[in-house]
Amino acid sequence: MKALVFHKPKDVSVDNVEDPKIEEPTDAIVRITSTAICGSDLHIYNGFMPQPHDLVLGHEFMGIVEEVGSSVSKLKKGDRVIVPFPIGCGHCMFCQHDLATHCENSNETNYSQDGNLAKAHGGGQLYGFTATYGDKNGGQAEFARVRYADYNPRIVPDGIPDEKILFLTDIFSTGWAACEWANVSPGETVVVFGCGPVGIMAQKAAWLHGAKRVIGVDIYDYRLAKARETAGSETINAHSVDAVKAIVEMTGGYGADVCIDAVGMEADRTTLEKAANVLHAQKGSDKVLENCIDAVRRGGKVSVVGAYGYPYDKFPVQKWWEKNFTLRGGQAWVQKYIDHLITLVAEGKVTLDDVITHRVPLSEAARMYQIFNDKEDNCVKVVLKP
Amino acid sequence: MANALKTLVPPNSNKSVRQRQAKDFTNVGTTGRVLSVLGGAALTYYGWSRKQSPLGKSLTTAGGYLVLRGASGFCLVNKALHLDTAPPKTEGFEVTSSVTILKPRQEVYQFWRQLENLPRFMQYLEDVKQTGPRRSHWVAKIPKNIIYKEKLSTIEWEAEIDREKENSLIAWRSLPNSEVENSGEVRFTDAPSNRGTVVQATISYQPPAGAAGKLAAKFLNPAFKELVKQDLRRFKRLLEAGEIPTIIGQPSGRKEENY
Repeated sequence: MKALVFHKPKDVSVDNVEDPKIEEPTDAIVRITSTAICGSDLHIYNGFMPQPHDLVLGHEFMGIVEEVGSSVSKLKKGDRVIVPFPIGCGHCMFCQHDLATHCENSNETNYSQDGNLAKAHGGGQLYGFTATYGDKNGGQAEFARVRYADYNPRIVPDGIPDEKILFLTDIFSTGWAACEWANVSPGETVVVFGCGPVGIMAQKAAWLHGAKRVIGVDIYDYRLAKARETAGSETINAHSVDAVKAIVEMTGGYGADVCIDAVGMEADRTTLEKAANVLHAQKGSDKVLENCIDAVRRGGKVSVVGAYGYPYDKFPVQKWWEKNFTLRGGQAWVQKYIDHLITLVAEGKVTLDDVITHRVPLSEAARMYQIFNDKEDNCVKVVLKP
Repeated sequence: MANALKTLVPPNSNKSVRQRQAKDFTNVGTTGRVLSVLGGAALTYYGWSRKQSPLGKSLTTAGGYLVLRGASGFCLVNKALHLDTAPPKTEGFEVTSSVTILKPRQEVYQFWRQLENLPRFMQYLEDVKQTGPRRSHWVAKIPKNIIYKEKLSTIEWEAEIDREKENSLIAWRSLPNSEVENSGEVRFTDAPSNRGTVVQATISYQPPAGAAGKLAAKFLNPAFKELVKQDLRRFKRLLEAGEIPTIIGQPSGRKEENY
């Protein structure tokens, strides 16, 4: 089959690889009909999430069940499914609480209680997302081996096209998780740093949680325009104004009730900041998280869905303590929310496919990584068709 | 080897007391000691060359302290902060590791008590056969190199369950004159909040006599610790998920063959 294979940073290509087959009785083989490139794939592409050897990337995919293992009872050949990006075994303490990102059994090689990503200690296994997260081949391919098929995939209700529901595998579920973790309540003001796909999804989710005001922050005008157009948010360009000051002004001096970090460690940095990184032997930056901390009101809530793989010196713990806000973050609990989100999509309460800017065949995936990474061609979201 | 089950006190107890005293005195890890000596020497040199200034004097003093700290392995600051970064000193391999398994205690215990099951999750065991109510015959694969996991040969020994409490405890040890002296004790307790069963395993291997054996044990102990931890995780997976997950065999376009 054809698959997008990561070789080394900035080096990915669509290669011919062996077809996956059933390895365990709980597996299913899915023929992929739609798959997307995620902003977090760029962390691997840029070397921020190290991957020591070749791996098929991709963790946002859906398709048709081709074959099931002997113990699979809930799926059969021909079922159309979406596959959450985290792999849960369905049996451990965390899976019993639908916290599959912490599954104790799926990531054989690198699961660790300590969560130290800087030492490649990860959580549950994720599709196509580095050795740290269990080295599992992903879904930017023609076929994928889907694990624990009775627990993870969800059957798509009839009549919903791929692109309307594909983003429940990750980005919309992630935006939704950000709002759940921040307990976004009716009437609140929600600021989302980052107007990439996850940021825009978080803005859509914030409205659905009853927010009174949703503000998106980014440094690219075309992405801010996309946020206004698809999520109906107010926007701030952090290159033209001081975003934190602007937010404090816009909220009568309080700061926002909720700040969501949908950027993570690969935030825009000045040359000076990059030099400081080298001095401190730190990779990337926690400046967006610090912006959230500065822009949130006292007693407010900060939710982090952008990825952080390293520790940072001078983290402003004193502001967290003094401002008394709640701080949560991590990989989204897709399995916990996805059934509710399927209902929202089926009932037409939310539109997700309006963030797509590029629809291309899988064979062009490598070029799309470069375009998406370099923010060329007004790229927001790429969907690949195997 | 009767002592190996819990505390692994070496037969020569005078020596062990000396060792413990030495351990109590040393509270800086090896890396810390090397860095202290090197960094301290550099500071002293730098400070001494500027000894007229107050800064130079304090640098010399600080550098001198660091050299002393590195050479002696004792740090006043660590002592004051109750920090002890020195590695623990034991003879032989002894590892204790715990895992919680979301299954009833009886089921977890019975699976382990059926000793034939052990090779299903203990990577280096090839075979275990119960030969009597308490006796069993064990076959292990000995890796040539613990990192690359190449198989070299097998070793065999007889073991005996010497303590057992239904659904709570199993302890075994190799019979005298075994090629590899070893022992183990596994405790099974109820986890709080209906979280199943806590399994705590203590496994010991006695290295061959002599300094070379002790040195080997010192270097291999971290790997052994990791091995026991991984085995317990595999035990958990086998009981909870009914299978040990694998990425072996997945096609990936990956060139390395060791996955």
